[in-house]
Amino acid sequence: MVTSGKGGVGKTTTSAAIAMGLAKKGHKTAVIDFDVGLRNLDLIMGCERRVVYDFINVVNGEATLHQALIKDKNCGQLYILPASQTRDKDALSKEGVEKVLNELSKTFKYIVCDSPAGIEKGAHLAMYFADDAFVVTNPEVSSVRDSDRMLGLMSSKSRRAEKNQEPIKEYLVLSRYSPERVKLGEMLSVEDVQEILSLHLLGVVPESKSVLNASNAGIPIILDEKSDAGQAYADIVARYLGEEKPHRFIETKRGFFGKLFGGK
Amino acid sequence: MSLLDYFKTSKTSSASLAKERLQILVAHERTSKNQPSYLPELQDELLNVVRKYTNVTQDAIFINFEQDEHQETLELNIMLPDDNDKKKTKSILGK
Ligand SMILES: Nc1ncnc2c1ncn2[C@@H]1O[C@H](COP(=O)(O)OP(=O)(O)OP(=O)(O)O)[C@@H](O)[C@H]1O
Ligand SMILES: [Mg+2]
Repeated sequence: MVTSGKGGVGKTTTSAAIAMGLAKKGHKTAVIDFDVGLRNLDLIMGCERRVVYDFINVVNGEATLHQALIKDKNCGQLYILPASQTRDKDALSKEGVEKVLNELSKTFKYIVCDSPAGIEKGAHLAMYFADDAFVVTNPEVSSVRDSDRMLGLMSSKSRRAEKNQEPIKEYLVLSRYSPERVKLGEMLSVEDVQEILSLHLLGVVPESKSVLNASNAGIPIILDEKSDAGQAYADIVARYLGEEKPHRFIETKRGFFGKLFGGK
Repeated sequence: MSLLDYFKTSKTSSASLAKERLQILVAHERTSKNQPSYLPELQDELLNVVRKYTNVTQDAIFINFEQDEHQETLELNIMLPDDNDKKKTKSILGK
């Protein structure tokens, strides 16, 4: 499950990238848009014109999962379950979500849930059944605070918490990071954010123009293998799957000037 | 310190200010999150009882709820006004 509390920090970008990354590694993966009423995942995945049925239709029994799932055009292992554009968030229920997740887990290895912003119903349902949480945070005060609140909710209001099971595994995805600004003391550093949230860092995604380009084209950023953000997400998926990868995109790129003065 | 270092550190960093504010806020929100919802009401009623016998003001009562793995503690501080000096009564109710 991909969450953040605060809106616009990169949850959908991250969900699309991680889902595609897992699928490209050969795992059968489904990605679900929980943002009922404001769906966007279909656009980021570039499948908006192929949406016929949605998540709510499946919950209500108006369509089968098979009918609603959209097979990704770039990767045969990846399927998208879009959110409804017309209903409101009350159309989702805990029982309905559970039923769909149970059915999906029969055939899919990974189910990536793209949470809406906020801490209300949609966000709660997206995190309730989660095993692992990718907490997308920007190096900025309100995002860090909202992530902390979200972490609190996960440890008290999730199924795992209520059933006294092992807690949700939480990973930090620090996005829109700008090493240059960190160096100038204008932006919280990765160490600062980690210290405040005490979370395991899965990866840092740099602020990158390529993210907008990718969303313009409807191609998950991870498929842009030349871009820094695409590589950052590839690292994140690899680390999630247990590979050891040194962290990148934390230091400023050393230019001629930096080398000359030996700055670091 | 080289001249270059001087330029790097001379500005009071806004990031360190952000960090400091966040650390305080997050610590506060983590402890207050689990507070029982009856606390404000309890505080109000206690104040009324204390007021019946003494002459204290709204901010004379301080209630603090704390929680760790082993116990929940409700700390209650009442500042009693005194003719010559201020006496402090403190009681801790454990659970
Ligand atoms: N690493 C990045 N570099 C630059 N821009 C980014 C980066 N990540 C995300 N963005 C941009 O930030 C905006 C919000 O991203 P996204 O839609 O993924 O956020 P979200 O958390 O899903 O938002 P919402 O809360 O509305 O669902 C988009 O315009 C996206 O292109
Ligand atoms: Mg989104």
